[in-house]
Amino acid sequence: MAALCRDCFGDPGEARVCPVCGGGRIVRHGELNSLTMAHVDCDAFYASVEKRDRPELAARPVLVGGGTRGVVAASCYVARMYGVRSAMPMFKALQACPDAVVIKPDFQKYAAVARVIRGMMEALTPLVQPLSIDEAVLDLRGTEAVHGAPAATVLARFARRVETEVGVTVSVGLAANRLMAKIAAGRDKPRGFCVIGAEAASLLAPEPVRLLPGIGPALAKKLEAMGITRLGQLQALDARTARAKLGEDGLSLVARARGEDARSVSIERETKSVSAETTFEADISGTAALERHLWRLSEKVAGRLKAADLAAGGVVLKLKTASFVSRTRAHRLANPTQLPDVLFEAARGLLAREADGTAFRLIGIGASPLAEGSAADPPDLADPAGPKRLAAQAAIDALRGKFGAAAVVRGRGFSSPKAKG
Amino acid sequence: MKFKADRAILLRALAHVQSVVEKRNTIPILANVMIAVRDGRLTFTATDMEIAIVEDVAATATRNGACTAPAATLYDIVRKLPDNAEVELDHPGGDAQLALRAGRYATSLVVLPTEDFPSMTAGTLPHKFSLPAHTLRALIDRTKFAISTEETRYYLNGIYMHATESDGQKVLRAVATDGHRLARVEEPLPAGAGAMPGVIMPRKTINEVRKLLDEVSEDVEIALSDTRIQFKAGTITLTSKLIDGTFPEYERVIPHDNDKVLRVGSKDFADAVARVSAISSERSKPVKLSLARDLLVLSASSPEQGTATEELDGERVSYEAGPLEIGFQARYLNDITDQISEKVEFRFKDGSMPTVVQDVSDTSALYVLMPMRV
Repeated sequence: MAALCRDCFGDPGEARVCPVCGGGRIVRHGELNSLTMAHVDCDAFYASVEKRDRPELAARPVLVGGGTRGVVAASCYVARMYGVRSAMPMFKALQACPDAVVIKPDFQKYAAVARVIRGMMEALTPLVQPLSIDEAVLDLRGTEAVHGAPAATVLARFARRVETEVGVTVSVGLAANRLMAKIAAGRDKPRGFCVIGAEAASLLAPEPVRLLPGIGPALAKKLEAMGITRLGQLQALDARTARAKLGEDGLSLVARARGEDARSVSIERETKSVSAETTFEADISGTAALERHLWRLSEKVAGRLKAADLAAGGVVLKLKTASFVSRTRAHRLANPTQLPDVLFEAARGLLAREADGTAFRLIGIGASPLAEGSAADPPDLADPAGPKRLAAQAAIDALRGKFGAAAVVRGRGFSSPKAKG
Repeated sequence: MKFKADRAILLRALAHVQSVVEKRNTIPILANVMIAVRDGRLTFTATDMEIAIVEDVAATATRNGACTAPAATLYDIVRKLPDNAEVELDHPGGDAQLALRAGRYATSLVVLPTEDFPSMTAGTLPHKFSLPAHTLRALIDRTKFAISTEETRYYLNGIYMHATESDGQKVLRAVATDGHRLARVEEPLPAGAGAMPGVIMPRKTINEVRKLLDEVSEDVEIALSDTRIQFKAGTITLTSKLIDGTFPEYERVIPHDNDKVLRVGSKDFADAVARVSAISSERSKPVKLSLARDLLVLSASSPEQGTATEELDGERVSYEAGPLEIGFQARYLNDITDQISEKVEFRFKDGSMPTVVQDVSDTSALYVLMPMRV
């Protein structure tokens, strides 16, 4: 079986400790030197960057995130031992781990670090598809001759280089396709290197269905109602049953449960959604107050869409109740838009059905699906006021461009004492 | 209830009612037709709670009474009976089944109580006028294609009909738009319609009325209020709810200063559009119109399949303004040229502004079409 020492990149053969460097981090796999699809994920990225810059925190639990009402954006591995996870509300995290050092996120710093790492990835293969700030897939097919080494070795060198030059650690998953590479990357965290080859299906079979990306709580519940809790049971469904019971996506779900995935790596980063949300200082139940926040967020999303030359084909409203129940409601727009008014009106319609006196702690609005910016706000014969609205927005944008975002504020962005929620 | 009727007559009436009944079957009785004999007169009634149709059917009635039975099943049975059959329907009353006999064929159907059959009241309909069947047909045919199917803007899901003035003439106008195209058709205002409110007739109603118009040659009596509209044609009365909404101020989107005029034979143009657009299976792909003096070049391309062009020269087109390029969805062009028999006039502003289309010899209809980027 092919083997690789992750410290000196030599071949340790059958030895448990590398005979060359004495290191113990050895990967072994029958397909080690033939697999080329990799998933790279930085370990507790924001927290790792902060620890790098403040070495005195190395052994302390570190949480990156905002305020007592905010959520944990990243939790270091020390904090994870206390049960803290990313996306956990900060106050809960602090209940679990009262000694944690909370650091306000510095996204510009993280983005700069991510760019350096991305540069290193792009030196390995042109086929790098970033999935988020700290995650990317790399297709290393056909690069062996260039590097003079198989993908596995190239990746091990890369992981080492990130550690020494950037000062954070990454976990690498190497497999035959994107899905298995992602699953592999998650299996050996942190500082991991996991290889999955032809054994994908048998490896997945005993796992709970939730392991599969794309199976969320709702789908898991539905599957459980059908008596399916393990991926092996999903694998066993024949095509007809899958379609009948799981609908159109049934077949692809079964294929993924078997570890099959035909997605290729695309270089252009696909922005899947543009959104903005805010957590309130104190819970809000009044419609007027919720709408004021919604309006500001609508403007934010509209601005981001315009900046990215994208448009909203639909609007997603996100709410979180005081008791942490999330509600998302979606609405498809007749025409893609970049206008805050249109986003707001659609989201307001959705909000009207939810704002029934329930106290909310968070509101958010997202644009999904996304369309190209050039398709935004086409002339509409059924909307005689359209051209006027576009002209008004263009005037506002021009003023803001010159004098700053606060130069023009729409009336509905102001709060009035009467309308206090 | 008991009566005998000709299969052909029954079939025709059942075809009308079964098309109105609720197809989704959420409330079982809405899938039924109410069959009633009163004072020797037979009527069929069907409703989906939005539309109600009542039809007098010629029959030899021998006993009064009423019941409701599944419209689709009855229609299917009667359709399969031999051509000249005489059909007898017999319902003794109460929960008893409805017996249908024709020759040596007999069936009995489970009925639902007539008390449960919803009645759709028309209320008072203060505005009454009548239109020749062909006029109503012309109003509908030339606007129907532009009705929107978009659910959020429900007020576009129908034809807006109102009384107004056009060039000093009082007219009855029908307008429909889906945002991409708009159709506006007018006919001289019939007596009695002057004070009518603007109403939006739902698409299903339009479709049902349009079907009935194929069988009618006399005048159609129309009566309406703010919330209901009723059409009476021959033995059929169709009552419908109206869409409760405000139709956009469509006049503001109709351009008046488009000065680049193209005239072309409707068939020449439609055939050319069909030929060049055949290259792309993608419906939303535009057909490009490139114009120069007395020359129209239509073209389309598809990244997978290639390109196609067709030239129409001075023998078939007249165009005197400067060069222009503009694109439209092929289907939208065809929907309009389908309504124009001889010569079409396009009035352009430029490649991105709404274009006006009219029949050169009949200005009662006006179409506005939004260009696509090419």
